[in-house]
Amino acid sequence: MAELPPTHGPASRAAALATAYISHRHGSPGHGWVLRDVRRARREDSTVNCTAEVLYHLGNEKSAPDVQFTIEGELKNTDEADNAFYNRIQSLKKELEAENIPDSYGNVSPEMQPIRALAWAASGYVIWQNSTENTKYQLAQIKHVKQVKRTDEYLEFDYVILLHENVSQEIIPWQMTVLWHPQHGIEVTQNSCQAKHALD
Amino acid sequence: MSRGAVKTLDTSIQLEMRALLLLAALGAVAAATTENFVGHQVLRIVPSSDAELQKVQELQELEHLQLDFWLSPRGLGNPVDIRVPFPSLQPVKAHLEANGVPYSIMIEDVQALVDLEQMQMLRRRRFVPLSTSTFDYTSYHTLEEIYAFMDLLVAENPNLVSKLEIGRTTENRPIYVLKFSKGGTNRPAIWIDTGIHSREWVTQASGIWFAKKIVQEQDEGLANILDQMDIFLEIVTNPDGFAFTHTSNRMWRKTRSKRSGSLCVGVDPNRNWDAGFGGSGASSNPCSETYHGPYANSEPEVKAIVDFVKSHKNIKAFISIHSYSQLLLYPYGYTTTAVPDKEELHQVAKEAVAALSSLYGTNYKYGSIITTIYQASGGTIDWTYNQGIKYSFTFELRDTGRYGFLLPASQIVPTAQETWKALEVIMAHTRGHLY
Repeated sequence: MAELPPTHGPASRAAALATAYISHRHGSPGHGWVLRDVRRARREDSTVNCTAEVLYHLGNEKSAPDVQFTIEGELKNTDEADNAFYNRIQSLKKELEAENIPDSYGNVSPEMQPIRALAWAASGYVIWQNSTENTKYQLAQIKHVKQVKRTDEYLEFDYVILLHENVSQEIIPWQMTVLWHPQHGIEVTQNSCQAKHALD
Repeated sequence: MSRGAVKTLDTSIQLEMRALLLLAALGAVAAATTENFVGHQVLRIVPSSDAELQKVQELQELEHLQLDFWLSPRGLGNPVDIRVPFPSLQPVKAHLEANGVPYSIMIEDVQALVDLEQMQMLRRRRFVPLSTSTFDYTSYHTLEEIYAFMDLLVAENPNLVSKLEIGRTTENRPIYVLKFSKGGTNRPAIWIDTGIHSREWVTQASGIWFAKKIVQEQDEGLANILDQMDIFLEIVTNPDGFAFTHTSNRMWRKTRSKRSGSLCVGVDPNRNWDAGFGGSGASSNPCSETYHGPYANSEPEVKAIVDFVKSHKNIKAFISIHSYSQLLLYPYGYTTTAVPDKEELHQVAKEAVAALSSLYGTNYKYGSIITTIYQASGGTIDWTYNQGIKYSFTFELRDTGRYGFLLPASQIVPTAQETWKALEVIMAHTRGHLY
């Protein structure tokens, strides 16, 4: 197996995918995952070493790549932040609704940080499911988010996000319905690529 | 919520102005609570009889209507102004009409006025700086503000800085380049451009900072460079696209050229150069973000630079700045063939990146375009290199995807500072190895 220099394009795309996958598995409103270096994945506040193996199924683009990963050391406990967010949303009188996170200037209000972290983690799933050797997706912006009130204990958010695909440079609107509970984690129950509006 | 009075209804302008003052607090509340006033109307009633007055006062008791009395009932002949939410409009009007109480509609749609005012407030809040010392380098600016900055810089430093118009965009905006020169005739020059892709806002913002840096600090390194060379700086390389990112679509990348036969607008200015034009690594689909255009240099923004470079004939370093990804790249993008000067360029890039990282620890990777990111044809520095400009580099500035194009303004200055360190290395090397 040929060694791939970490500076090379294909390596960085695989790393981005691995980050997205790990983010989906371990992200929460309390904390988000960000790739710091091709050799490690960084979580806010603390950097941990991560090794990942990405297996693209060549010739079978319908199949999501396999990602195996190991994280060195302990992950920081985010229960407090997660529970605070959960309680705050449950106590809202009106369903949460917001748009353009971050805004054009990169601002994210403190109240919206967990909403963004949640989108980050959920988009990890969408990215993982749609990645190939020749794609590099990043969450560019939350265009719109609306909470959907539920009768059970889960929180549900309907997002329209913008994914930036770094090879084609396209900005792709994507709808995703995200279920979350502090103890039960994240589930993307529905997601679909939206038609690109002629925003001209 | 503030209350106000409209003395007359003579002119709509006066009404609007006073209503704007009224709405100042309203606008702020709207922004904070994401409440909106779409379809809300402000009705005015001037009770002329006790019966009418009583009917209006009755409205105050009906809490479910959620009426907002801007002017409460005070007595006969005194206007009563009521903001009525959309769902309550019909019942309120019905109540007034059924009881013979005349009313007029002062404001047809409260939200429309709020929106207008917010827009104007934002514009007004940006105070117009009188000098480049009071200019705010820590925030993002509009095209008008950047062009005003350029004029200020020239006015303050007439012996060093001049502004050149090198062409016009599709939408007929002027394309400006700042020239920094201590004299001489057609000295060997360094070219820096930012903002060729309009959504990469940290680049134009950094360009502004670079301009100020050049005039401000005549430190030894820079002084040495300017003793022998000129610097050309194009801060907004894609003005039409940039204006569009402010008015319509923050994620717009391309130019704004239109062509018959397609609904889609714009050409990728970094695929429009005559180097491997139209080959793999660009799209022939006008709707694509990497559409190369109908032919090389079809875009006036690109042609302007091509013409400038060809007529100048003495540019020795060419640096085109993008975001994001944190990369320093040299040619080629259109072919895997290595450039003849690869070893030297690789070494310069290595030093430049080391200097950059030394400031804030920002991690950059470097290499040729095709190996470090992907194949891209018709790119700027492939063309400039093939023109004989050996020190041709492209930057991809912060970050690596956490904010991407939407980099917080607080990172503008640190990004510009660290990038400048890398530029100094490239410029010093060029000066020390003139060819």
